[in-house]
Amino acid sequence: MKNDLSDDLVTQVVRAYTENTPLVITAGGSKAFYGNAVEGSALDVTSHTGIIEYQPSELVITAHSGTPLVELEDALKQNNQQLAFEPPRHTDHATIGGAIACGLSGPARPFQGAARDFVLGAKIINGKGELMQFGGQVMKNVAGYDLSRLMVGAQGTLGVLLELSLKVLPKAEAETTLVFDSDAVEAHKMLRGWLSDGHPVTASCHFQGVLSVRLGSTENSIREAHKKMGGELASNDLWPQLRHQSHPCFQQDNLWRLSLPPAAAIHNEDNQLIEWGGALRWKVSNNDLFEQAQRLGGHATRYDMKSSAGKSGSAKTDSSDQIFQPLQAGMLAIHKRIKHALDPNNILNPARLYEEL
Amino acid sequence: MSTLSDKKLVIRCLQKILPAASVLYEAEDLRPYECDGLSAYQQVPMAVVLPETIKQIEDVLIFCSNQKIPVVARGAGTGLSGGALPLENGVLMSLAKFNRILNIDTDNRTARIQPGVRNLAISEAASSYGLYYAPDPSSQIACSIGGNVAENAGGVHCLKYGLTVHNILKLEVITMQGEHLSIGSDALDSPGYDLLALMTGSEGLLGVITEITVKLLPKPEAANVILAAFDDVATAGQAVSNIIADGILPAGLELMDNAAIRAADDFVNAGYPRDAAAILLCEIDGTRAEVSDQLESAQQVLRSSGATEIRVAEDEQQRAKFWAGRKAAFPAVGRLSPDYYCMDGTIPRYQIANVLTRISELSNEYQLPIVNVFHAGDGNLHPLILYDANIEGELERTEELGGRILEICVEAGGTITGEHGVGMEKINQMCIQFNDRELLQFHAIKHAFDPEELLNPGKAIPTLHRCAEFGAMHVHHGQLPHPELERF
Repeated sequence: MKNDLSDDLVTQVVRAYTENTPLVITAGGSKAFYGNAVEGSALDVTSHTGIIEYQPSELVITAHSGTPLVELEDALKQNNQQLAFEPPRHTDHATIGGAIACGLSGPARPFQGAARDFVLGAKIINGKGELMQFGGQVMKNVAGYDLSRLMVGAQGTLGVLLELSLKVLPKAEAETTLVFDSDAVEAHKMLRGWLSDGHPVTASCHFQGVLSVRLGSTENSIREAHKKMGGELASNDLWPQLRHQSHPCFQQDNLWRLSLPPAAAIHNEDNQLIEWGGALRWKVSNNDLFEQAQRLGGHATRYDMKSSAGKSGSAKTDSSDQIFQPLQAGMLAIHKRIKHALDPNNILNPARLYEEL
Repeated sequence: MSTLSDKKLVIRCLQKILPAASVLYEAEDLRPYECDGLSAYQQVPMAVVLPETIKQIEDVLIFCSNQKIPVVARGAGTGLSGGALPLENGVLMSLAKFNRILNIDTDNRTARIQPGVRNLAISEAASSYGLYYAPDPSSQIACSIGGNVAENAGGVHCLKYGLTVHNILKLEVITMQGEHLSIGSDALDSPGYDLLALMTGSEGLLGVITEITVKLLPKPEAANVILAAFDDVATAGQAVSNIIADGILPAGLELMDNAAIRAADDFVNAGYPRDAAAILLCEIDGTRAEVSDQLESAQQVLRSSGATEIRVAEDEQQRAKFWAGRKAAFPAVGRLSPDYYCMDGTIPRYQIANVLTRISELSNEYQLPIVNVFHAGDGNLHPLILYDANIEGELERTEELGGRILEICVEAGGTITGEHGVGMEKINQMCIQFNDRELLQFHAIKHAFDPEELLNPGKAIPTLHRCAEFGAMHVHHGQLPHPELERF
């Protein structure tokens, strides 16, 4: 079902801009927990749905932002293709716009790419209610600044996503899961060796003494890899649980998302769930982990999936409910200037990421 | 406009910041910097500086910022869109002395590189660890990684491995005001906005890059290439789509038309089928089993798509030979004519036959031969227009023809530049690809980084005034105004 609400949405944003009234961009609401609460009038993109164009042999799909992920991925599945960055579908209401706005990628991320890597173009409404289009439908496109990719992870604070063109990839011919009994340190070493050897790993997970590895390739290639790697065959069920975050790990209170260099020190006693070959770690902690993450070369995010939205969080470190890693002064300053360039009256999801934005 | 005494003062001030040998101002010293790879345009700057330390870069930028002197950064000067063309009243900052590989981290599979390091030098240094850096623009023996980031460079392996933006993690940048920004992270994502994506491809307009952390990949276990000949370009184009539709993701997929085939074959004796209307080079890499399986599938697809001849390389030497012609395509074409003008547009793959037909028609109209090399895998087209700059008016006609080709690309649903950047060369065509609001939005972003517009001014993003002057017919996202009127 295709439904183009662009005109209506533009009108609403223009009004909000001229009247200086903040907007809360809403759709599926499945990632409300992933940021601060926003106060304002609802700008509902849910009905702005529909696949506009999909040419499997072009490896591109273009859709309205309110299109449910389920619908989009069904269309891709029928042609044996996929969104290779495996965005989470926390509920069936999750939309492609929300997926891109939040920029969350699943277990395949280090092996197949991140959400942002697959954005080819975006049509947006900026904070002045102006309709604009950046990028296009082709991967190699270097005309102008990359404003379409800038939208990924910005959670609507730089523009309302209306339309997205995404690169898609063929699904692997076959997928197999191998499991190994191992502690975290040993698991990391094994994984590193397999990746250097070029085995077709497309996901990894270490949790409670078990290393699980997903292989994605041709049947023959997987068989060869299994011979060399060893390990027991296991079901592929773990990966959707990790991708959509329905795994028990994500139900814990005080859960933190640590994004680190993959070889950052691992300690067996940390009791973490480790994905992305070591680059993504989930850990329970009563204290905030911002400083620790920074010391290790990465950043931390408070990941309380049960909350409907965090309390207002400042970019300064004195707030105990801070969700996102605080930004350095210079970085925050440039963020504010970029925000101002796209949304001068700060009407789009104000304070969603940081109080100052 | 600087007076002579201003110039002398500027140079004296620069000499306080940098050692004498790092400040060039005599005419013969400035000449080598008067143009980049787009040699048709030349401009000698007021001075050239070659900083060796971060502090020197910072101090030069702060000084120029205070004195309102524009600065143009330059890597290896191989760019094809005039992005490093100097300004008469500006300082050209060459990053050539920043040529060290600072660190190769085999645990994280990354490397910290200075901007002046050659693209190929990265893979060469990583090779002994079984690693390589994937983006491989054809100029890679000479081009700099800093320039690659500024242009978001691609290359033959872009379809499978992505552009520069997909292969870097972190940038150290200094703004025109001398502020240091650390963009991206050693982790796979970073908090806040994706400034890494914004900075990559910004053509030297938002900041000077002083360090790049690149991703290194393990070298694939195996790789092989198929050469397929076709008696019709449209058939070859369709074969490209068929390969992708079959679920094969080649590491490289290149198309050459008959003129390119003959030129390349003459130049390096590649053994290409000289009568083919087009050839496809399809490279597969991965595990040995993967390559074996996909090579088989690819051959089947090519056969059923109407290839008149299919050759599979039997060993590494043959693989290199198949590629030699394609890699030497530009210099090969350079033998055919006193000059050539390399275009760079991208179109949706399925449009290739249509666009090549239109290009052939334009070639006849302008009476200028055009040779076509095409990154078929991602729709990036390089029509090479052959001309003789010594013939009066020929350069102008060539540029006009080039502009019309780019317009065709936009009409076909593509873009005016796939990998060479806009620079100063395609700045007018930006008026066709973007409307006024979008251009103003770009300017607003620029102002967030460089409110005085001192960093590489006059490049990449046209002013509205310029667009009005250019008076181009606006083709907005593939839609012409008044579609009911007949054109072309």
